[in-house]
Amino acid sequence: MPDSLIDLQQVGMTYVAASGPVEALADISLRVGAGEFVSLVGPSGCGKSTLLRIVAGLRPATKGVVNVTGRKVTRPIPDIGMVFQQPILLKWRSILQNVLLPAELAGRDANGLRKRALQLLDMAGLGGFAEKLPRELSGGMQQRAALCRALLLDPPLLLMDEPFGALDAMTRDDMALELLRIWGETAGARKTVLFVTHSIAEAVFLSDRVVVITPRPGRIAADIAIDLPRPRTVELRASEAFGRLSLDVFRTLTGRTEGSVAV
Amino acid sequence: MRPGAIVSQYWPTVALFALLLGLWELAVTVFEIRAYLLPPPALVWDALWNADFSWGPHLWITSLEIAGAFFMAAIVGVMLGVAIAWSPLIANALMPFLVFVNTLPKVAVAPLLLIWIGYGILPTMVMGALIGFFPVVINTAVGLSQIETDMLDLGRVFSAPKWKIFLKIRIPNALPYILSSLKITATAAVVGAIVGEFVASQAGLGYVIANTQSSMNTAVAFASLIWISAVGLALYGLVVLVARLWAPWAEGVE
Ligand SMILES: Nc1ncnc2c1ncn2[C@@H]1O[C@H](COP(=O)(O)OP(=O)(O)OP(=O)(O)O)[C@@H](O)[C@H]1O
Ligand SMILES: [Mg+2]
Repeated sequence: MPDSLIDLQQVGMTYVAASGPVEALADISLRVGAGEFVSLVGPSGCGKSTLLRIVAGLRPATKGVVNVTGRKVTRPIPDIGMVFQQPILLKWRSILQNVLLPAELAGRDANGLRKRALQLLDMAGLGGFAEKLPRELSGGMQQRAALCRALLLDPPLLLMDEPFGALDAMTRDDMALELLRIWGETAGARKTVLFVTHSIAEAVFLSDRVVVITPRPGRIAADIAIDLPRPRTVELRASEAFGRLSLDVFRTLTGRTEGSVAV
Repeated sequence: MRPGAIVSQYWPTVALFALLLGLWELAVTVFEIRAYLLPPPALVWDALWNADFSWGPHLWITSLEIAGAFFMAAIVGVMLGVAIAWSPLIANALMPFLVFVNTLPKVAVAPLLLIWIGYGILPTMVMGALIGFFPVVINTAVGLSQIETDMLDLGRVFSAPKWKIFLKIRIPNALPYILSSLKITATAAVVGAIVGEFVASQAGLGYVIANTQSSMNTAVAFASLIWISAVGLALYGLVVLVARLWAPWAEGVE
């Protein structure tokens, strides 16, 4: 795959903590093509957040090689949008100022991006909250603001760590559709997305591929291609193909190969 | 706070204060204590407004010294704190030196300051700054390092240069710590100003007190003390107010 944007080869990560070493990831080899939407699913603590940090260049892997856009990653890579597992909004800035932060930090014209920031907030259903402080927003609202912040500079690569984790089911589905719209807006120049989620349905609905990771140390258990047609619609969720793929992911995730029966 | 709440919170203080004033007046009369030992409250009250000199210039000088000491301590303290948090090399170089300066008895340094800087209000300001700068340094440095890794990662993800991460993330994040140390510095600045005036001065509230030793005008000394604490309280209140306005998200950080 010559145009693979992210290329991980035998990546391993061992944290050295006071209580001893913790092996978070082992032997992860993964390629993500430009414009691909890839989801990572796996049990809590299997190293998904760790993997995103390694790809972003925030933490060096202790083993293996990490390449992004053909270059070896040794420090934080430019032009990415990252949604952390926590919203991490600066509590002294209004929501709008928080969304504009990337522009200020990267030395771009923040004032010129105000309109875009407000549009993003509108899209995320936060239109009336631009001037509020983060503490005046609920956890789910803060998470949506963090999503707007990641999208502000229209980055070609998005790393998203459970961006919808704190949302109710309905808002979650709406946001997923919005995300797909933003992702597919400019066909041919689609963003590359690495998306962590605990929701199998969400992963299948959004992705081109779902990568299932094993419990710690995280290894790739399966890389499941989601060959559902695009654009994806809500009706698709009721289809037989959607159900079959979801079951595939579920079985790999839980390690059950037989149909399980609830009594 | 509702007026009712203010009354119910503060009436015991006011009552105790009134009681003590009453006892003081009574004691002075009953035991016929001489005024130069313990002037009755009425005499102090009188001195507070109608001394045989004007309080104005003294109040002004001392306030100026206190304000100067405070701002010097604040500015130098924050700058040193930022420098220490900026690089471990700077921290290692500076810290032992700062600790040494902080352990010096400042009163003992006062005569030296006079030799170096000369007479006037400047040595007194420097004195106050010397007493008050250390907590600012420490709190600034601690506040700057007390930051979640996630928040720093946020800055790194957006390829921000180090100085911008300081300016936009770390310093605002440390603001509650810095502001709370300034409350300590506000008190220290008062001490410094008065000590400085004791050592050498031609005017100021400390100078007034030093002078009453020879004139035996104890009521004036009492009055001067009251003025000093009024200035100190005003500065402290101002710092608290600024902290509330400037960092309203930091309520409860002490
Ligand atoms: N800074 C750290 N120091 C030491 N150990 C860490 C650190 N960060 C993560 N770990 C360990 O690495 C493992 C993977 O953590 P990680 O946060 O990547 O998991 P995760 O898959 O994102 O989990 P979750 O779904 O709960 O968010 C965990 O066992 C965790 O204890
Ligand atoms: Mg995680």
